This record gives sequence, C-alpha cells and structure tokens, in this order.
Amino acid sequence: MTAAATSAAELAGLPESPTVGAGGQEVIHVTRERYLEVTGALRDAGFEMCADLCAVDYLRHPDRPLPEAVTPERFEIVVNLLSLERRQRVRLRVQVPASDPVVPTLFNLYPGTENMEREAFDLFGVCFEGHPDHTRILMPDDWEGHPLRKDYSVGRVPVQFKQAPGPR
Amino acid sequence: MDYLSPLHNELVFSLAAEALLGIEIPPRSTWIRMLMTELNRISSHVMWMATNGMDLASTSMMIYGFRDREMILSFFEKTTGLRMNHDYIRPGGVAADLPDGWEDDVMSIVETIPGRVDEYDELLTGQPIFKRRTEGVGIISPELATAMSATGPILRASGVAWDLRRAMPYLAYDEVDFDVIVGSVGDTFDRYAVRMNEIRESCKIVRQCVEKMPLGDYRAQDKKVTPPPRARIDESMEALIHHFKIFTRGFEVPPGEVYTAIESPRGELGCYLVADGSNKPYRMHIRGPSFVNLQSLPPLLRGGLIADAIAVISSVDPVMGEVDR
Repeated sequence: MTAAATSAAELAGLPESPTVGAGGQEVIHVTRERYLEVTGALRDAGFEMCADLCAVDYLRHPDRPLPEAVTPERFEIVVNLLSLERRQRVRLRVQVPASDPVVPTLFNLYPGTENMEREAFDLFGVCFEGHPDHTRILMPDDWEGHPLRKDYSVGRVPVQFKQAPGPR
Repeated sequence: MDYLSPLHNELVFSLAAEALLGIEIPPRSTWIRMLMTELNRISSHVMWMATNGMDLASTSMMIYGFRDREMILSFFEKTTGLRMNHDYIRPGGVAADLPDGWEDDVMSIVETIPGRVDEYDELLTGQPIFKRRTEGVGIISPELATAMSATGPILRASGVAWDLRRAMPYLAYDEVDFDVIVGSVGDTFDRYAVRMNEIRESCKIVRQCVEKMPLGDYRAQDKKVTPPPRARIDESMEALIHHFKIFTRGFEVPPGEVYTAIESPRGELGCYLVADGSNKPYRMHIRGPSFVNLQSLPPLLRGGLIADAIAVISSVDPVMGEVDR
C-alpha cells in the first residue's frame, strides 16, 4: 500500500494538504466544519466505499504530534475511504472536543457507516448528528458510560443483563 | 474475534505492528504466513459449506464439511500446537518453523480437497431443492453492496472483482497465480458458488507456496522484537536478557498510526493501530468484516419470504465472535 501517484486531496480538489503516515498512507486532517463537505468531495472523486470509521480517545496524549494548523482535541474520528477503481485509500482524521462531542453523520453519503457510527457512539460517546438509528449497538441499551473512554474505570459497574433484577 | 480464521486475525495485527516498527521480515516467514492463511481460508470456507448445508437441511454436507476441516486443523495443531487460536503469526515473523514432513501433509490436503469439492458441487449444485432455495434469493446490486461497505464474497458475488489479495497485494500475493472469483447476479447461489470456487483457488495458491517456499529464517532476527534462538540463550548473557525482556515487557513501538487491511474469508479485515511509544498499543480498532457485512441483511431480505431468511443469513457468513469483538 504505497502512496498513489495522485493524492486523494488533489483528486477531490481540496485545499487541505495531506500528510503521509506510516507505510506511505495518505492522511487528511479535516476540521469538523469541513468534514461533510470534504467527505462528499472525496466520494464524488471516486472514493465510493467507506471501509472503516472509528473513534480514538486521546485523553492521555493532548500534546501528540499533529500538523501545525490542527488544534488537538480529546476525541478523533478516523474514517478510511477506499476507491475500488483507483485501488487507493485515504484516511480522514477529525478532531472532536470533549465538551461537545458531536459530528455530522456520514449515513447519507455512505449508508455502510450505520453500524460503525453506532459502535463509535456506544463505546466512546461521540454523537453523530442526523443518524437514523442513534442507539447503542454492542452494550445493553440501559448501560451507563462509554467503555472505551480512557477515563472509564474497569470493574466500576457490576455486570448488567437486560431485564435482570436490580441489586438487592 | 473470528474463530474460524484465527490466523487472519493474527496476520492483520502483525502487519500493522510491523508497519509501525518499520521492520522487514524474511521471505520464508512471508511464504509461511501465506501458506497458513490460505489453508485457513480453505478450512473456513469448508466450514461455511458445512453450516450452510445444515441451514438448508443438507445434513450430509455438514458431516463432510466438518470432516475436511479437521484435516486442516490437525495440520495446524502439528505446526502451532493448537487447533484454533494459534498465536502463530507474530510481529517479526512466525512463532516456529514448519514441522518436518510438512510438504507431504500439505500436499495430501490440497490433493484431497479439490476432489471432495467436486463431490459437494455435484451434491448441492445439481440438487433441485438447493437450487430453488438459493437461486434468485437475496439479490444485492454491486452499487448497493459498495455503498453498504460490504466486502468479500458478498461484494464479489454481485460482480465486483474486488479482492485485496489482487487489488492491494500484501505478503507475496503478487507472486502467485490465482483467479478472483466473481458472480453475476448477486444472489445466495452466487455467494455459494464464489466461496466454493475460492476453495479451489486457495488450493492453487497453497500448491504454489509449497513449490516456491524459500529457505531461510522464519522470523526476523531483530533482538528488540523477536526472541533469540533457543541455542543462543545458553551461551550468551545478552540473549538471555533479550529473551527475558521480550516475554516480560514486550517491545516498544514508535509513536504513529496505521491502517492495514487483508482479505479474510469474510472480507476486508482491517486493523487501525495507534502507538504512543510504549509497549502496549494505545488504541487498536479491528474492522471486522462480519460486523460490517451484517448491515447488508435488511436490503438482502426485504421483500423475500421468511423461509428465505435462513438461506440469506447463512450466505452472509457472519461469525458472531467477530461482530461483537
């Protein structure tokens, strides 16, 4: 998976300049405001599949290395797009502040992100505005907290089952 | 995770860790990885044919499928020590070299399986009940499959020739000759046919792995990542220290983030790994193909009969261990 001759940012005519990550992978840092627009431009440029979407909690690394123009926030949404025709991947990283963890949903562009966004919400508590079924997907519906957040203490909550009688 | 293709799970994590470490692995370990994962693909697909037969009330297919899978699992047990969850493919190479006489074991597998697949082909493909339950049932168009992020046999059955082994070759898949199997209709029957023919293609790849298997080391001799050879521990204090450090503390991976993807029997198996310079991954996200492929069920089932649901769910081949991970 080496960097392709034409970068995805060039293909879609984006002002954002891409960086190259480990293994020669193209990474585009995009602000929350431009997230939908950039993803839509990339889809129109031939990136027809959203291979993966996940969240990362950088609670313990607020000063991680990022390009200068990017303000680090606690959460990141990482989207991997794929162009079948050009055999090319591109990764988007969006900074999401902990005080307002909301990003627009990609469901209308890529219906395949439905489960992935629900998983990111369930485990990290990042909300996806406009998602058609914004519910938990892995944890029980009445679960409290978001287990993959770095400040979620392990073993704090006893194991819960749906409809089980409460603690006596 | 996916307990029917455990070696693929190990491979995708190892590839991600190696990409962050920036280490090269010796050619023999690459080819051993290819050999083992292709055998794993055969066992996974044979297992799918067995459970699919069971779902469609062909009990004999179930018995045959389990029988054939056991052949491959016993070779895995001989090589790795365990039938499943091998911990065999590790960052830096593989855990052990292939056992003595592995060529004979592997050749007997790839000489038996194609003949058996021909039998199953006759047993199921020619059977009117099986055809009526699968043909024209649960159709998905290539456009919809792509939009739903479906990969693997579901996408290929709808006519999109997308196989990561061919499209974005990892390991040494660009050096072996095989066909990417595609369907034309995208129905349950096509998904069955794609998987069955992929068993034949995997047998071809395994044969080429046996022919081309290079000599050499089965893991990178990087003192910080792989343990030293057993003989060195007795004579070198330093080797003993490295051995102790690797098994107590592990190894440190330089900071960075990487996404690697491989073609598992069910589709694109991805690993997004974030390292912060410590000896543990800061974040590891697995893109499980079963989890993503299950999204295709509503469009596949819409407008169909309740009885078809069983055939369609079976044809998506979800492994629940990979759905909740």
